Amino acid sequence: MNKWEILWNHREMILGGFKSTLVLFGVSAIAAFLLSSLIVLAIRTGRAPFGRVVRGVVDGMRMLPFLIYAYLLYYGLPSLGIRFDAWTAGFIALITYHAAYFAEILRGTWATLSTGQAEAARAHGFTTFMMYRRIILPQLVLRAAPVLGNQVIICLKDTAFLSIITVRELTAAASAVQSQYFIPFEAFIVAIGLYWLTSMLIEALVARLGFAAERKGLGYKLAAVRR
Amino acid sequence: MDQAALHTLLLGAWTTAWISAVAVAGGVPLGLALALLREARIPVVGHIIVLYVSLGRATPLVTLVLFIFVGAPLLGIPLDRYTAAIVTLLLNTAAFNAEVWRAAIRSFPHEQVEAARAAGMTRVLIFRRIMLPQIWITSLPGLVNEMTFLIKASPAIGVIGIVDLTRVTNRISAITYEPLPPILVAAALYMVAIGTLVRLQRLLDARAQRLAM
Repeated sequence: MNKWEILWNHREMILGGFKSTLVLFGVSAIAAFLLSSLIVLAIRTGRAPFGRVVRGVVDGMRMLPFLIYAYLLYYGLPSLGIRFDAWTAGFIALITYHAAYFAEILRGTWATLSTGQAEAARAHGFTTFMMYRRIILPQLVLRAAPVLGNQVIICLKDTAFLSIITVRELTAAASAVQSQYFIPFEAFIVAIGLYWLTSMLIEALVARLGFAAERKGLGYKLAAVRR
Repeated sequence: MDQAALHTLLLGAWTTAWISAVAVAGGVPLGLALALLREARIPVVGHIIVLYVSLGRATPLVTLVLFIFVGAPLLGIPLDRYTAAIVTLLLNTAAFNAEVWRAAIRSFPHEQVEAARAAGMTRVLIFRRIMLPQIWITSLPGLVNEMTFLIKASPAIGVIGIVDLTRVTNRISAITYEPLPPILVAAALYMVAIGTLVRLQRLLDARAQRLAM
């Protein structure tokens, strides 16, 4: 039997893994973004010492490799009596880790906005939260779109690390199929292709955000160096 | 954690350090070569490099290192796990370094090249004496930034059985039954390494800004 045929006959495994990857990635990216927007609001409007502590945690998180952080949650915390299954640990790790990166991107972008807007919004009776949600945050997202896009792609790639803490996602599925039927080329090429396809979709989405930003006069330099 | 455990942990740190260093040493010049080839506007080559960079950006290292380690012997290229790890990290970091170098090459003032040509310098000489010393300074902060990402992605090599700074915590806790201490110490070592590189990047960035005047 042809190796591609073997793979085709076991497509359920690969597609199941891909679905898990998409769920992990999709839920985590959205939750991480929501969490990060609250973190940024807390840093900007909270009391000074509180903001400093939050920033310290965010900076510390950004110096850790994702996998050691996942290890900490999955293997380390049970020593303290806190036990998660692999999926829960994976979700918590992805969400909190990437929230730190998103928060740093949004915080840096906020510093480039003019303060006059906030004053004008206040004069119109906006509360802080409403002003943030309706005026500040949309601008931050549009301005920082390419950098946020890079980080979202890193979030997608980090889901693969979860195969090491036994989450059955795409890489784990490809690995299982290849070791069972010894078709490493076919299995991993398909897996890499699926990651690539997903990241292309993300980039297309970011490009559309870019056009939207351009139309609203919030253009940015397209410097899409990594991460 | 006792003395023996700490010793094992430091061995893991050393493994991460030397494998990353070799990958950087190869990935920086390879990135430059890719950037130059792309800017040379040779028809098909340019497209292949664009594809390479795009794939490199999208492929998780865990997947790539498994693919290379298990796949290479089938092509008749026997790779031991260390070579496979180095090749993986090198290929990945080169894709990102290529983008850093390309940005520097693109922003290089063309007047300088014209002046050098008028003075009768050959293309190779212009690159070596005029461009490289300057784009090196503008690229260095980006390249150091890329190194921090390489270190953060390096635990992926544990999946093919290399006992790096992350994997080694499993080894230690298999003996001590206390996973938390080695993980915390490993995390602290990563933070020191990455924190140092981030500081270095800021210094280099300040220098590049100053010299850009």
